[in-house]
Amino acid sequence: MNVGVLKEARAGESRVSATPATIEQIRKLGYDVVVDPGAGVAAGFTDSAYEAAGATIGDAAAEDVVLGVNAPDPSQLDRVRPAATVIALFAPAFDPVMVEELGRRPFTALSMDAVPRISRAQSMDVLSSMANIAGYRAVIEAAHEFGRFFTGQVTAAGKVPPARVLVAGAGVAGLAAIGAAGSLGAIVRATDPRPEVADQVRSLGGEYLSIESAEVEVSKTGYAKEMGEEYKAREVELYAAQCREADIVITTALIPGRPAPTLITAEMVASMKPGSVIVDMAAANGGNVVGTVKGEKTVTANGVTIIGYTDLAGRLPAQASQLYGTNLVNLLKLMTPDKDARLVLDWEDPVQRSITVVRKGELAWPPPPVQVSAAPATTPTAAVREPAPKKPPMSARGRFGGVAVAALALFLAAGFAPAALLPHVTVFVLAIVIGYYVIGHVHHALHTPLMSVTNAISGIVVVGALLQIGHGSTAVTVLSAVAILLASINVFGGFAVTRRMLAMFNRS
Amino acid sequence: MSATIAAQAAYLVAALLFILALAGLSKHETARLGNAFGMLGMGVALVATVVLAVDGDVSTAGLGLMGLAMLIGALIGLQRARGVEMTGMPELIALLHSFVGLAAVLVSWNGFLEVENHPDGHEAQALDALGTLGIHHGEVFIGLFIGAVTFTGSIVAYLKLSAKISSKPLMLPGKNVLNLGSLGLFVALTAWFVITPELWLLITVTVLALALGWHLVASIGGGDMPVVVSMLNSYSGWAAAASGFLLGNDLLIITGALVGSSGAYLSYIMCKAMNRSFLSVIAGGFGIEAPAGSDVDYGEHTEITAVSVAELLGSARSVVITPGYGMAVAQAQYPVAELTSKLRAKGVDVRFGIHPVAGRLPGHMNVLLAEAKVPYDIVLEMDEINEDFAATDVVLVIGANDTVNPAGAEDPGSPLAGMPVLTVWEAGKVIVFKRSMASGYAGVQNPLFFKENTSMLFGDAKARVEDIVGAL
Repeated sequence: MNVGVLKEARAGESRVSATPATIEQIRKLGYDVVVDPGAGVAAGFTDSAYEAAGATIGDAAAEDVVLGVNAPDPSQLDRVRPAATVIALFAPAFDPVMVEELGRRPFTALSMDAVPRISRAQSMDVLSSMANIAGYRAVIEAAHEFGRFFTGQVTAAGKVPPARVLVAGAGVAGLAAIGAAGSLGAIVRATDPRPEVADQVRSLGGEYLSIESAEVEVSKTGYAKEMGEEYKAREVELYAAQCREADIVITTALIPGRPAPTLITAEMVASMKPGSVIVDMAAANGGNVVGTVKGEKTVTANGVTIIGYTDLAGRLPAQASQLYGTNLVNLLKLMTPDKDARLVLDWEDPVQRSITVVRKGELAWPPPPVQVSAAPATTPTAAVREPAPKKPPMSARGRFGGVAVAALALFLAAGFAPAALLPHVTVFVLAIVIGYYVIGHVHHALHTPLMSVTNAISGIVVVGALLQIGHGSTAVTVLSAVAILLASINVFGGFAVTRRMLAMFNRS
Repeated sequence: MSATIAAQAAYLVAALLFILALAGLSKHETARLGNAFGMLGMGVALVATVVLAVDGDVSTAGLGLMGLAMLIGALIGLQRARGVEMTGMPELIALLHSFVGLAAVLVSWNGFLEVENHPDGHEAQALDALGTLGIHHGEVFIGLFIGAVTFTGSIVAYLKLSAKISSKPLMLPGKNVLNLGSLGLFVALTAWFVITPELWLLITVTVLALALGWHLVASIGGGDMPVVVSMLNSYSGWAAAASGFLLGNDLLIITGALVGSSGAYLSYIMCKAMNRSFLSVIAGGFGIEAPAGSDVDYGEHTEITAVSVAELLGSARSVVITPGYGMAVAQAQYPVAELTSKLRAKGVDVRFGIHPVAGRLPGHMNVLLAEAKVPYDIVLEMDEINEDFAATDVVLVIGANDTVNPAGAEDPGSPLAGMPVLTVWEAGKVIVFKRSMASGYAGVQNPLFFKENTSMLFGDAKARVEDIVGAL
């Protein structure tokens, strides 16, 4: 089978669905790759670069598997063969017209933006990979429009306060924006209806502003959902207060399958300082800010710039193409289990089922819902063994009693032992106690040298053999000589190797 | 001052110097001084003993033989010490344990040949007059038993550690009955020997103890070797102490007790670090019980390339490396040290987290890293580093598996439940170096590999780390 890489038909689209790097990976799955002439020019990939990666230049739409970023235009779709598979961002959840259009066609259409949010599908999650880029770019766009430093400085010419950035929505895009703005030195605050993201916000150096409400919830789908009245009232209060302080506002709130919620009202925009910047990342779905113009940059009467670009990810075209291309490669890997250039659509696999809009001309949209891993498991999967109950620590009295009994036993044992043994037993017991306390203080990193040094000193058994050699029978002398030899290996070897090891330990 | 009194005084000095030697190991700064104290103590003890022997009625031939044996032993010992690889330390230590055990066996046999074998001899008569002849019988027997168990046990440990025999546990039917039966038989034989010190009893118990030592260690698996080696360390101490009782020599008793408690303490630490009782380790056979719910769907793991890891490390602020025995097997400690110094030169905060049972000896990882010239002050133990993982950008897990298994902390149904582990998964990103997806020593699947922030880097640890160093 051949894979075709389309030249994007949509005006202004700078991304491309495959880069020379991803084409090499596609070829490893056995496919031959055909690229439309000039497909990657806007992203900085020349035709010769594609050819160098092993692709041929030709009519991509006529191949068996057709890859695109956006939905192909009708002239491209007309050229697609009936048995082919088209993979692109069709946005079936937002674009019923497109779904209907695809349903009339004989081929199979897979939409990358419908990948479910389960761990296994993370490597194919385009929305995440694009949102990550877009979040970063939103900060860069804002910094470009904002006439001041992000970071605070104290200079000879006076003090510069740091910029205050408010990020609404701490999803992938929001987190990327928090990280980027924080790295530039701004004071970053973030809101999100899901309290479980607070730690993620903090880990990126942001401050999490919680909206105190009984309705705060853990999302079952991994995305935020629309909230109730009481919650909204508190939310408005919070945003109104924050907007008066903020220099930059970045909104990322999206609810799947619905118009974007309005977070920033006209009054809030009017309350902002002149020179402030708002980046509305939800502009494509209607915007979170009153006054956003889709795809445009506008300036309000009070000097606030509102950016409504919808192609934020495409403004880093090479990288966006690389990430999207990798998402596609991962899908192709999943669908080419034998690496034999044969694309197989596994209807039982929830990932493949979810992204299928049309299967061989039959409309397959909408897919059944997939329970995602972002939600906590409701039932334990396996019978859990009861953890053994911990023994309660002994009380002081119990411990005293135990020691008293042990002492009595020791007393009786020593008392009835032969008198000649007693001095040796005394020495023995005290030496054990000393040993216990001394060893307890040995540094954990020196346990191996400890073992080798105890090896060396346990060679002291040589003393016994030394006292036995040379009187009595020949047998005794021979055995003693052997014992002396062995114990000497221990004594000299043990100390020497300890010395060698200790010499290795050096401070930085 | 007679030679005997002078020797006693010298022994007291030597004993104190040995205690100072062990106390010196409490800090890196004083460790070398401690070792010097140990050598001094040994020198004092040896000189005092030789003087005592010369003062006695030692034959010239005996004296010559003594000097020759010591010289040969010293040469062999120094040669081994100079040549040994640090990865081979566990083998060397096990071998040295066996020497102490065998020496104790020989001393006990000599005790028998000198006293029990000549019931009418001078020494036997002297002991009988004191009423301690029976005690002497018992001491010969006990010293022999402990020494012989130490000897064969250490030999098996040496063979397993140096991969000369399979490190799989030997599973004889009724192995616990065999062990306990041998112990019971030993007690009975001791009683018999104290009453009638016959030669054949001594031969029987020698064979019995040699067999018991062999079986005891043969039935313990390779991953439990840190405990076994510590345990044998302890036994070699008790063997020396038993010889001390036999000869009425306090220096031997003190030293034996120090070494014995040292080994026992180390075994205790190891067992605590695995959340297992000492007895269950000695009884062997970990991982026989099929882990409950092993067919749980853990999801899929993600792979990463060495180049991506290099990029990740280059942009990280703090990195923690948690090595395991696999690092030593792959000899990856040198490239790891090179990686560490490169990253530190770039201003990345690199530290090491060592689990108490990582490696085949207590503290083995520390020695390997020290040999590769990793500064010891960035090598931390589990308790020191566990709180810092949440603030760490990247964790590299090299050749470790069970010691970083979240099941130990999170899954009460796992065989590892309750085992303290390095909480690497709290870090931003975890890279696991591994040959394949096979499970670790405990035979338990590791959910860490399937966590969202974990990526697997497959292949030989040494080659992969070298790739990363090359890409940096």
